[in-house]
Amino acid sequence: MSIIPNWLYRLSSPKNFYRFAGTASVWCSWITLILVVVGLYYGLINSPPDYQQGDTTRIMYVHVPAAWMSMFVYMVMAGSAAVGMIWRIKASTAVANASAPVGAMFTALALLTGMLWGKPMWGTYWVWDARLTSELILLFLYLGYMALQSAIEDRETAARATAILALVGVVNIPIIHYSVEWWNTLHQGATVTKFDKPSIHISMLIPLLIMAVAFKFYYLSNVFQRARCELLEREKDKLWVRELLGEKNSE
Amino acid sequence: MVIRSAQSNSRMLANHMGYLQLYVSGPFDALKPAGMNHSMDDSSRIEGVGLAISRNDRYIFTDLNFSLEAGQILQVEGHNGSGKTTMLRILCGLTLPSEGEVQWRGENIRKNLAEYCAQLAYVGHAPGIKGELTPLENLDFAKTMDRPRKDADAEKVLERLQLPAFCDDVPCHNLSAGQRRRVALGRLLMLDARLWVLDEPFTALDPGGRKLVEELLSEHAQAGGMAVLTTHHVVNLEGCSVRQLQLGT
Amino acid sequence: MNEASPGAAFISVLRRDLMLAYRHRAQILNPLLFFVIVVSLFPLGLDPEPELLHTIAPGVIWVAALLAAMLSLDNMFRSDFDDGSLEQLLLTPHPLPLLVLAKIVAHWLTSGLPLLVLAPVLGMLLNLGNESLFSLLATLALGTPVLSLIGSIGVALTVGLRGGGVLLSLLILPLFIPVLIFAANAVGNAGAGLDITGQLAFLGSLLALASALAPLATAAALRISLN
Repeated sequence: MSIIPNWLYRLSSPKNFYRFAGTASVWCSWITLILVVVGLYYGLINSPPDYQQGDTTRIMYVHVPAAWMSMFVYMVMAGSAAVGMIWRIKASTAVANASAPVGAMFTALALLTGMLWGKPMWGTYWVWDARLTSELILLFLYLGYMALQSAIEDRETAARATAILALVGVVNIPIIHYSVEWWNTLHQGATVTKFDKPSIHISMLIPLLIMAVAFKFYYLSNVFQRARCELLEREKDKLWVRELLGEKNSE
Repeated sequence: MVIRSAQSNSRMLANHMGYLQLYVSGPFDALKPAGMNHSMDDSSRIEGVGLAISRNDRYIFTDLNFSLEAGQILQVEGHNGSGKTTMLRILCGLTLPSEGEVQWRGENIRKNLAEYCAQLAYVGHAPGIKGELTPLENLDFAKTMDRPRKDADAEKVLERLQLPAFCDDVPCHNLSAGQRRRVALGRLLMLDARLWVLDEPFTALDPGGRKLVEELLSEHAQAGGMAVLTTHHVVNLEGCSVRQLQLGT
Repeated sequence: MNEASPGAAFISVLRRDLMLAYRHRAQILNPLLFFVIVVSLFPLGLDPEPELLHTIAPGVIWVAALLAAMLSLDNMFRSDFDDGSLEQLLLTPHPLPLLVLAKIVAHWLTSGLPLLVLAPVLGMLLNLGNESLFSLLATLALGTPVLSLIGSIGVALTVGLRGGGVLLSLLILPLFIPVLIFAANAVGNAGAGLDITGQLAFLGSLLALASALAPLATAAALRISLN
């Protein structure tokens, strides 16, 4: 255990993680709220419209962070699933399981906002644009992960099986991403690539980054809350849960 | 539950060895029962240490300890759902215990699973034979996949298992359940395995077949082998004792 | 101790699986028949215009090949799981990834290789020119082993599950996309007289990567599924 720092080791016990996640979740929720308000204010009100795309470009403040998160969450999910499988840490597995629906939601959000943006730009909701296609495939990967998880009855087995799937996904995502990009440049070289501006103005960049950070904190608060629920359910026969429930009841 | 600590086991073993050193003057081989055809050292011992298994975080059994030495047979008993099959699968290294470990010669089986697997023969609920292949083909396949006995011969084994001669070349799915079970048990005679793990070996067998399995078991034990089996039958073995392990309460 | 070498075990598994497939010829034929029928549906559903058929042929043949692979994949471990042979495979002293690789090779020989034999016929049905036929065979030769390799991971993960077949396609089809893109594109480009070495090189490296990693992942997945 020497390779794992002591504080992390202690955190890996379900009881300590439950406590930690509770506090962290509350803090993250507040930070999210503040950042979203500030970010949306700058993004929707206090930034100039794009000289080409007009006000439509404001969808970017939701779309781009969501797209970033969709990838990021998959990596976190695969990483924590692997840690959970190798060292058999329940808290880590719980984080992986909790990440899947949140990640799928971010992916769906990125797809949805991408389509809303596409309607005025391309005149149609769906164009086989490289990024939209990649997001769509990523959504399939998330859905497959969740389908496998719900198909296996035993939680422990489900956790280990989905960890393998997530790792296979991590190896494949860059390959899929690259193939789709390549395929896209081949077939639709003329299409405007959407948010790929080489120089984004600082007045747009700041709200974008604020929103990106806000999404990260939203993810954290959500994942901690879900992981807490899962841990409670899994450990319902353990002493610490009974003590916890006892405390709650006597209050 | 049969509970014995690891220390008491090693002490017993030490006594046993001492006995050999002090009182035996003849050649070592003279001690071995007739019919012992493969070289064995008497240090082999299988132990379960603090085993626990949970399904969906509900424990089926906890803190299960047992140990088995050369020449001993362990019968696992318990009502339906008490985890007998699970315990056997843990013993084989197929199922990962939630807590505890299985030790072979004092070492966790996961450390050298390949070597452990070479010492192990398992006949589970599913017979592990292909219906499309004939009994001979099935046994020959088993032979090439594992560590076979020196004199392993599929035809002789099937004869020993009292399978009618014409069955040798019939695809196994045309055989009766009892006959298929006999083919599966044939693996035990093909392989040079010290430890037999048998899940309900008597199911589908007629009284003659049951007697045959009992014979095989006592021969194996007398040759210094070990066996762990689950069954609801009373097992009568000549010349060796059967210990019981009760699962569930 | 005179135990068989891992190489002998590999051959033994391969031989047994081929023998089983031979005794179950119908099981090999069905996915092939499916492959042919799916491809011949397209001209009926679309327009049997030679120009159109020529354009869609690479994609149609490759999509049909993916679907046929999905159908045949389901059998890869299923019967072994049902009759307990899979447990026995896990309990041999040989490295499991190697035995898994033997099963994958056997699967490809009985499901991927026949596609190669059929493909030229289908190419003619879809008005695929002679110059494209060679590239179709080349992409099938490089691509279908990748399908068997990646597919084996999915089969291993779903082998113990009810309704595993549908779940399998959900897990595996997205992972087949790179093969589809590069293979179909290579066939199309070859028809237009363009160079396709790049696409073939990509498929080749996918094959190398998959043969290195997939048996490991499949072996791990099998141990989990049989837990």
